[in-house]
Amino acid sequence: MMPFDIVILWTDALIFVLIACIVAAGFYIRSQEHLRTSWRRLVENRTGMAALTVLLVFVAVGFADSLHYRPAPQVGVWSLLDALLRNLKTHTEKTYSAPFAVKLDARETVTGPDGAQMRIYPRLVYGGAHLANPDESAADILWRARAACVHAAAGWIVICAMVVALLACRSRISFAQALGNVLRGETATAWNAALFAVGAVLLLSVPALELSSIYHVFGTDKVGNDVFYQALKSVRTALVIGTLTTLAMLPLAAVLGILAGYLGGIVDDVVQYVYTTLNSIPGVLLIAAAVLLMQVFIEDHQNWFATAAERADARLLALCLILGVTSWTGLCRLLRAETLKLRELEYVEAARAFGVSHWKIMSRHILPNLMHILLISLVMDFSGLVLAEAVLSYVGIGVDQNTISFGSMINTARMELAREPIVWWSLAAAFSFMFTLVLMANLLSDAVRDALDPRMASRVRRAAAAKAGR
Amino acid sequence: MIAYLVRRVFYAIPVLIGVNLLTFVLFFVVNTPDDMARIQLGIKYVTPAAIEQWKAEHGYDKPLLYNGQADGIDRVTNTIFFEKSVKLFAFDFGQAEDGRDIAHEITTRMGPSLAIALPVFLVGLLITVSFALMLVFFRATYLDFWGVVLCVAMMSISSLFYIIGGQYLISKLWHLVPISGYSGGLGGIRFLILPVAIGVISGIGASSRWYRTIFLEEINRDYVRTARAKGLSETTVLFRHVLKNGMLPILTGVVVVIPLLFMGSLLTESFFGVPGLGSYTIDAIRAQDFAVVRAMVFIGSVLYIVGLLLTDISYSLVDPRIRMR
Repeated sequence: MMPFDIVILWTDALIFVLIACIVAAGFYIRSQEHLRTSWRRLVENRTGMAALTVLLVFVAVGFADSLHYRPAPQVGVWSLLDALLRNLKTHTEKTYSAPFAVKLDARETVTGPDGAQMRIYPRLVYGGAHLANPDESAADILWRARAACVHAAAGWIVICAMVVALLACRSRISFAQALGNVLRGETATAWNAALFAVGAVLLLSVPALELSSIYHVFGTDKVGNDVFYQALKSVRTALVIGTLTTLAMLPLAAVLGILAGYLGGIVDDVVQYVYTTLNSIPGVLLIAAAVLLMQVFIEDHQNWFATAAERADARLLALCLILGVTSWTGLCRLLRAETLKLRELEYVEAARAFGVSHWKIMSRHILPNLMHILLISLVMDFSGLVLAEAVLSYVGIGVDQNTISFGSMINTARMELAREPIVWWSLAAAFSFMFTLVLMANLLSDAVRDALDPRMASRVRRAAAAKAGR
Repeated sequence: MIAYLVRRVFYAIPVLIGVNLLTFVLFFVVNTPDDMARIQLGIKYVTPAAIEQWKAEHGYDKPLLYNGQADGIDRVTNTIFFEKSVKLFAFDFGQAEDGRDIAHEITTRMGPSLAIALPVFLVGLLITVSFALMLVFFRATYLDFWGVVLCVAMMSISSLFYIIGGQYLISKLWHLVPISGYSGGLGGIRFLILPVAIGVISGIGASSRWYRTIFLEEINRDYVRTARAKGLSETTVLFRHVLKNGMLPILTGVVVVIPLLFMGSLLTESFFGVPGLGSYTIDAIRAQDFAVVRAMVFIGSVLYIVGLLLTDISYSLVDPRIRMR
């Protein structure tokens, strides 16, 4: 008998499917020489490799947050991330406290031992509770941070040694030679950039995590929840919106775009009409209209959802679907134009002359040659969607109130700037996490475009040749 | 040219009908007037009688498409579809939840929206194009490299951050301009400076990088080599030749949004308390005022179609190779 029940929410299931697809695609690419060469260009790119490494850390956080279970009957749903960060989740204070503070950020009236009433800043329940004298906190934090940095450095060295040893093993050279190759950046894959990124991530995350069990690294919010915990939880929401939305729009855009471009005629007219119509409605308004309707629908069917977590999850999924349905038009237009070009090429004509069916031509000859457009737009849309989520949540058509996301964090923290003394840490945490995530996604998408887009690839080569010639 | 324009205008009609049908389906079929009444009345006071009364007050107590009880032409006109959807074509938007006339609200709110959106658009275009040209001028140098890095970093920052950070820094800490508000006339300029500046800054990253790619594509063309071979200076080549030819792809993205400037910017207007159409829309979404959202959807699509038309016209003006048939 298991001590807990495993809970699989809808978005969890879709994330698992997505990861399975990515793994399968990875194996397929490995087996195909022509695909492998273009992907090799991606891992050769230093910026791309570093961005990929950081993004993988984000994905790991989001994945740990997607493994849901119920620790006991009649208790809310937890995730593996909650279990790992139990201290962060359960250490709630009374109200605001600044990062690394040991005292609350609000005065309270207490009655002293002599009966006199005083207005003081009370000590926090958890933050720095191990200290006898609150004035020692700065020295304590410094000392602990230094220790954590040493741990991070040690961990980094171990990881580096493992990677180098693996490389040495694989290409049958000595450890020192492999180390030299990595340091000079002479490996086919840009391992030096990846290891550098790992080092940066460790140096930031290990001290933050070690200190977070006894301090509130990013402070606490109005109801005393740890802000660092909220920022980590937001990562999953951002990843879900960024990936599942594109997943929802890909099939629609691909099928309609290829059909319109290949078949032409009335199909083309209808598809063009549909996307012009959808496109002519301003995006935010279409999303708003759809979300308003979804809200009404969910409120009318409360009994469909057993728990608040399920309802919030359904709302997140519906938001992804709505974003997908409202944003497929751009990609569809792109695919249609490209299919129009491909349709006229000799190999398609040859296939037609051999009597290959339309369906086979579209799936075997056209679609594989559009794959790079699909992939590039998938990666490029990601960062835009993460940013859009924050805006939508501000407008009030974003995720459920119970879902922690960057948008909901910013939305609740917005008013706190007017408070005296001002509460800046919620905003700072949300914006810095979001900035890192989006920046890495943008860098990766640039690298992916350079690697996969044949037009780009030729230009990059031309630029490199021009540089070498000078 | 005239014949082409007339044909394009006629082509816009089915699109508008499509938009209209789509909003009708979304707002009345998927989501019945009963649901709307329940949302507006709140959970507590929902009784069948209250719903009926709300529907009667707002004119939703008619059949959806076909009124069997009426006579003659009224069978078609005395329906929700005719009253609420078809009348949009005549820009008759009906009343908002608070009883005000939507058409009147829209006309009074267009001015403030334009007062912010137009300067953002013009100044933004000027700055981003010059910045992109500068990066192209210094291409393959450290200035270009770090300029692109700056662009990527700037486009990775949420627009909410620009607004919140700008308001806090400029207005609250330094007290340079009022934090929010609006007034007409020359005195209103002090209210406009900050939103316009923030609107421009938040757009620099993405557009400059895009324009830079366009200009770089042009700079490898043969005519540029010819111009250089003639002995023209690099500045002349950039401004007289590359800029002119690069304008074509830029026009596609830029002209389409000109009519949409009337719609204003949702975020900026709502944060700075500007009584424009953007904040009107946000308030309507928050109050779940379906009538206003419907009106804005319709106006937005009309403006978008106007934008497409303008794009075509501007093409023929800029590029003599393109002839309107």
